[in-house]
Amino acid sequence: MYQDATRPYPAGSGPAGNDWSALPDSRGRFGDFGGMFVAETLVPPLKALEQAWRDAMADPAFLAGLDAFLANYVGRPSPLYFAERLSAHFGGAKIWFKRDELNHTGAHKINNCLGQILLARRMGKTRIIAETGAGQHGVASATVAARFGLPCVVYMGAVDVERQKPNVFRMNLLGAEVRPVNSGAATLKDAMNEAMRDWVTHVDDTFYIIGTAAGPHPYPALVRDFQAVIGREARTQIMAAEGRLPDALVACIGGGSNAIGLFHPFLADEAVKMYGIEAAGHGIDTGRHAAALTGGRPGVLHGNRTYLLQDGDGQITEAHSISAGLDYPGVGPEHSFLKECGRATYLSATDEEALDAFQLCARLEGILPALEPAHALARVGEIARDIGKDGLIIMNLCGRGDKDIFTIAEALKTRAGNSP
Amino acid sequence: MNTAAPTGFARIAARFAALAAEGRAGLVTYVMGGDPDIAHSGKILAAIAEAGADFIELGFPFTDPMADGPAIQAAGQRALAAGAGLAGILGLARRFRTQFPDIPLILMGYLNPVLAMGPVRFARSAREAGVDGAILVDLPPEEDLEIREVLAAEGIALIRLATPTTDASRLPTVLEGAAGFLYYVSLTGVTGQKSADAGDVGGALAALRQAAKLPIAVGFGVRTPEMAAAIARIADAVVVGSAIVEQIGAAAELGQPGNCAPRAAALVAELAAAVRNARL
Repeated sequence: MYQDATRPYPAGSGPAGNDWSALPDSRGRFGDFGGMFVAETLVPPLKALEQAWRDAMADPAFLAGLDAFLANYVGRPSPLYFAERLSAHFGGAKIWFKRDELNHTGAHKINNCLGQILLARRMGKTRIIAETGAGQHGVASATVAARFGLPCVVYMGAVDVERQKPNVFRMNLLGAEVRPVNSGAATLKDAMNEAMRDWVTHVDDTFYIIGTAAGPHPYPALVRDFQAVIGREARTQIMAAEGRLPDALVACIGGGSNAIGLFHPFLADEAVKMYGIEAAGHGIDTGRHAAALTGGRPGVLHGNRTYLLQDGDGQITEAHSISAGLDYPGVGPEHSFLKECGRATYLSATDEEALDAFQLCARLEGILPALEPAHALARVGEIARDIGKDGLIIMNLCGRGDKDIFTIAEALKTRAGNSP
Repeated sequence: MNTAAPTGFARIAARFAALAAEGRAGLVTYVMGGDPDIAHSGKILAAIAEAGADFIELGFPFTDPMADGPAIQAAGQRALAAGAGLAGILGLARRFRTQFPDIPLILMGYLNPVLAMGPVRFARSAREAGVDGAILVDLPPEEDLEIREVLAAEGIALIRLATPTTDASRLPTVLEGAAGFLYYVSLTGVTGQKSADAGDVGGALAALRQAAKLPIAVGFGVRTPEMAAAIARIADAVVVGSAIVEQIGAAAELGQPGNCAPRAAALVAELAAAVRNARL
C-alpha cells in the first residue's frame, strides 16, 4: 500500500511538466486554490503539522505502521468488484466498484482518520477533536481515538445530531463526546467553525482530525495522501483484472476526499477521464443544492480558497442535500483546481436521482450504497453509455447505506404519498 | 493640503501621538456594524465615541466567524438578519466620519465579503468612507500581499496580529509590512471567552517592543474596567469588544434596540475612565 507504492507520475509530464504530485506548491496552493487562510494563532501549529506530516510520509517505520493498521484493522485492500448486472442494465462500459464501503466503520473516512491519529501520536498530542456532518467521519474519528486511547470530542451541528441519531449513539458507545453546535445554521460548516474555535483555544495539546480534503494547508494534501490508498489499490487491481487502465473514474463530491483519493494516483494518466458528482439537491436551478463547483464561485472559507456557495455579499449560503455527507457549501481546493484546468469533469445528481440509483443498486447488485455514492451511481450509467461497450469504469462505492435507511424510508414514503 | 485633517495611516499615527503626549493608553472599542440594525448601529457608534472611545473597530458580519466567541457570533447573526452587508457597514462608516473627524476607524472582519466586493472596490470605498485601517482575521501575512498593497494605495493600513503562538522565529514575518499598529491577541482562543492575564501579556509585550516599531494594542479577553486599566499600564492601547457587544446583545434580545446605545456607552465610559486613570 504505502511501502510498495511506486508513485505513478512519470517524470516530465504534469502541470509543471505533468507532475501532479508536485501540487500543492510550497504555499499550499493548487493553482489559485487552497492556501492557509486562518487566524494568526493557527499559522504556527499548521506549519508544525505540515512539517510532521512531511517527516512522517518520508519515514518507512511510520508508513509500515500505517499499512499494518490499514490491512488488519480497516480490512484493506478493499475489493474491486465487477458490477455485472448494473453494467448490463446500463448497456455501456463495464462498471467496477471500488468497495470502500466494506472498510471498518463502513466508509472511506477511516483511511484518513487512521493516518491522522498516527500523526497525532507522533506529534505527542493527547486530545482529538473532529467535526462531522452525517456522522461517518465522527464515527471513524471516535473509533481511532478509542483504539489509541485518546479522548475525543466531535462537533456536530444540532440539526445533524437530530437527523443522524444512530451515528451519535455509535460515537457515544466508542467513548467520544458529541457536542451539538447551535451556532449559524447548526450543520456541518458550523461544526467545522466550532472545531476550529476549539483548536485555537487548545492548540498546545489538541490534534484536529479534519474529515475531508479541505481546510487550511496542509489538510487538503494530507487528507488526499491518506485517501490515495484507494486509487493506488484500484490501479493495481484493474491492471490485474483487465490488464489495462480504466477509461474513467467516477466518485461523489462533498468535500471530495473519496474522489481525490481515487483520482490522484491516475492524474498523470491523461487517457483516464475523471468525473466528480456533486449533490444537486432539489435541482441546481432551485438554489437548494450542495454543488459548489457546479453552482458556486470561488471564495475563502475554512482556511482555503475554493468554490463556495455564497451570495453576492460573500455570505456563505446553506447547502441542501438528502445526503448529510454531501451537505457542505464548499469543496476541497484540489477539485476546484482540477475543474479550472479541465483535468476532471464535475456533474451533479439530484436527491431524486440518487434515490433511484440507490434502489437500482440494491436490487441489481445486492448492495445498499450510502446516499453519497448513490449520487455517483446516478450519473455512472450515462458515462458508461458514452464510453461504450469496450470501456472500463471504476466507481468509488465509498460508503454503505445502513446509516441512511431511515432517511430513505422517509423519502420513499413521501414520494409514494405524492404519486397519483 | 498641509491644513487638511490627517486620514488613513496618518490619522492613526496622529491619535497615537496625541495619546503619547497625554501619557496614557488609548481605548479601542469593537462593535459589530449593523447590530442590531443599521440605524441603531449608527447611534451606538456615536454614543461610544462620545463616551470616550479613542479608536473604533467596526466589525462587518460574516456567516462563518471562525475566530469569534458566542457574543460576536450572535452580533453578526443579528446584523445579517437585519440585512447588513459590507456596503451597509461602509455607509455607517461614512456617516460616523462626518460626525467624528479625528477618531480612527478600523474595519474588522473576515476575508470573503471583501473578496466578494472586490479588494480594489473595497479599498476605494473604505477610503471614501473615511476608514483608516482594516483587520482581516483570516488573512495571515503569508496570504496578504495583494490586499495589503491595494489598501496601502488608498492610504489604509492593514493591521497585523501577533499571538502567543507567534514565536521569535515567526515575529519578523508578522512585522514585515505591518502598518498602523500591531494588534497583540493576548490569549489563544476566540474572542470574549477567557480572561487575559496582565502578567503574561507584560512578558510578551516586552519581547514585541524589542522588535516592533509600531504602537501595540492588546485585545481578546479584556472584559472589565479593572482589566482594561491593567493592560493600559503596559500597552499603547487596549481593545475591548465582546463585553461591549454583550451589552448591545442584551438590549437587542430584550427587544429594546433603543437601549443598545446607552448600555454600550455606559460601559465604554467606565472603560475610558479606567484607561485614562491607569497610569496616574
